[in-house]
Amino acid sequence: MFAGLREAVRRFGYGGLTFILGGCAFWALFLIVLPNLMMVDQAFRPFLPRSEWGGPKDVYTIANFTLALVDPFNQLIFLKTIWASVLVTVVALANAYPISFILARGGQSGWVGILMIGLLIPFWVNEILRSFAWLLLLARLGPINDLLLLLGIVDEPYPFLRQDMGVIIGLVYAYILFMIFPLYSAMESLDPNQIDAARDLGAPWWRIHWDIVIPHSKPGIASGCIVTFMLAAGSFAVPQILGGTRSMWVTQLIYNQFDAINWNQGAAYGLVLVALCLVFVLAMMAVFRVSLKDIAK
Amino acid sequence: MTGTSTDRILRAIVVGYLVLFFVYMFAPLIYMMAVAFNDSRIPTLNPWRGFTLNWFVVMWEDTRMWQSIWKSVVIAFWVIVLSIPLGLAGALFMVRLQVPGKPLIYSILISPVLMPGIIIGLSTLVFWDASFDIGGRWQLSVLGQSSFISAYCMLLFMARLQRFDPTLEEAAADLGATPLQVFWTIMVPYMRPAILSAVAISFFQSFENYNTTTFTIGNDNTFTMYIVGKVRKGVTPDTNALAFVLVVATVIGGVAYELVRRREMKRAARRARRAQQADEALVATPTPVAQPAD
Repeated sequence: MFAGLREAVRRFGYGGLTFILGGCAFWALFLIVLPNLMMVDQAFRPFLPRSEWGGPKDVYTIANFTLALVDPFNQLIFLKTIWASVLVTVVALANAYPISFILARGGQSGWVGILMIGLLIPFWVNEILRSFAWLLLLARLGPINDLLLLLGIVDEPYPFLRQDMGVIIGLVYAYILFMIFPLYSAMESLDPNQIDAARDLGAPWWRIHWDIVIPHSKPGIASGCIVTFMLAAGSFAVPQILGGTRSMWVTQLIYNQFDAINWNQGAAYGLVLVALCLVFVLAMMAVFRVSLKDIAK
Repeated sequence: MTGTSTDRILRAIVVGYLVLFFVYMFAPLIYMMAVAFNDSRIPTLNPWRGFTLNWFVVMWEDTRMWQSIWKSVVIAFWVIVLSIPLGLAGALFMVRLQVPGKPLIYSILISPVLMPGIIIGLSTLVFWDASFDIGGRWQLSVLGQSSFISAYCMLLFMARLQRFDPTLEEAAADLGATPLQVFWTIMVPYMRPAILSAVAISFFQSFENYNTTTFTIGNDNTFTMYIVGKVRKGVTPDTNALAFVLVVATVIGGVAYELVRRREMKRAARRARRAQQADEALVATPTPVAQPAD
């Protein structure tokens, strides 16, 4: 360790080394570790006015967590958020897979480059605007209901925005590109000869995918699923815009506590959300048998 | 084995699927933008009441919008000022220092990227308020945003640093340059493309951030918060006019960023090639001739 530091002093000088170590320490401690520790600390304390902090009532308690997990209304919202985020992930994967495969098979052709830029454009547009677009499309008198009425599929406008449906549609639209890019880059590195060889040897298309494409793109699938799920479960603007009053997301539950200045309760909800997300991420890594290193690639 | 007719059907399916997917990606944006031109009080194309640019005027004249844009720009400026050095410190630590515990530090520094934005916002607020009695304000938004934007910068810098040739620094130091001189004349020019990318990405990420900002900003209003407020309280088509301008600006900004990035990469490649040629010339000639620097 000291040899490494002596070498670093020779290279960067004491000033440079102070900059490197000080920068990392400030960032890690003041922007990440201490805030998170403080949030955990606050989650285990009761909500009290500032004057009573450190007083006799300020004792550690798990009441905030009990409320998060036992209250039936909260239970419903936590389960709904997780379930809907899984659904969003699955729908995004089902649609991103063929698109990524088609683009990856296109190789170096010019149209692939144009289509990739075409995908970047909606990716750059803020998710708030993209949710707003769906707010207009799914409105009671919006074009999608016009179309459904015209085709006779429904007799009266379908209330997309007054239930979870609108939020789920908006989340898929907002985050599907986070699924496509890792899938595409994983599939792109697959040698096309492998697929051609399998085809020449008579493998049906589904065997080619099951035995060659999917195993090869596993890290991409895993990281796409993890990112999409985390974005969906932690999404705040999309449910705020597309969810009616009857469709609450965990993030909105947290925001309501924050709004009521009960940060202790909000912190407890937040920690439960993070814990549930962590379970999902670890489960995905176990299912796909990949490590964090594979995903970061 | 596969007949041409099945090939043709397969091709039609692939093309049809691609077309459908791109319609799905673009139609909502185009619809949203088109509504801005309808002379109707409700944001819809049906019924079409005639072409107007009036909603752009309404949008443009809202002073609250300009105030919120200014606040977002101020926050983004300080996020850049904080995140570029932090990201550089993190990248130098990861790539250039030989010390134990790097994987742990790396996981800590990278963790805010996956953390939901509202959790970052809440933890930042709770920490500064409980420790220093500082309530929500825009400076806290700068700190909250920097925790993860610095990580994006670090990743960009690490990617470039890994291809850095340390003998360059060695040579400069042997010729008597101080560490600070080495940093400014070797490291910073070498990192230039990555730094430019990091500035652009930091600005963009900060400017469009909503989740972390909402929890930390207190009574202030940023541009994204202004848009959400507009969208949530009964929309009129001036929101669409704003969306139109923003989408166009985003596309122009994105394309310009890609072009500049590619030009920088080409320039760096050219410089490397020239350095190699000079190297070879030096080896070939017995008496080294001083070459003017690029």
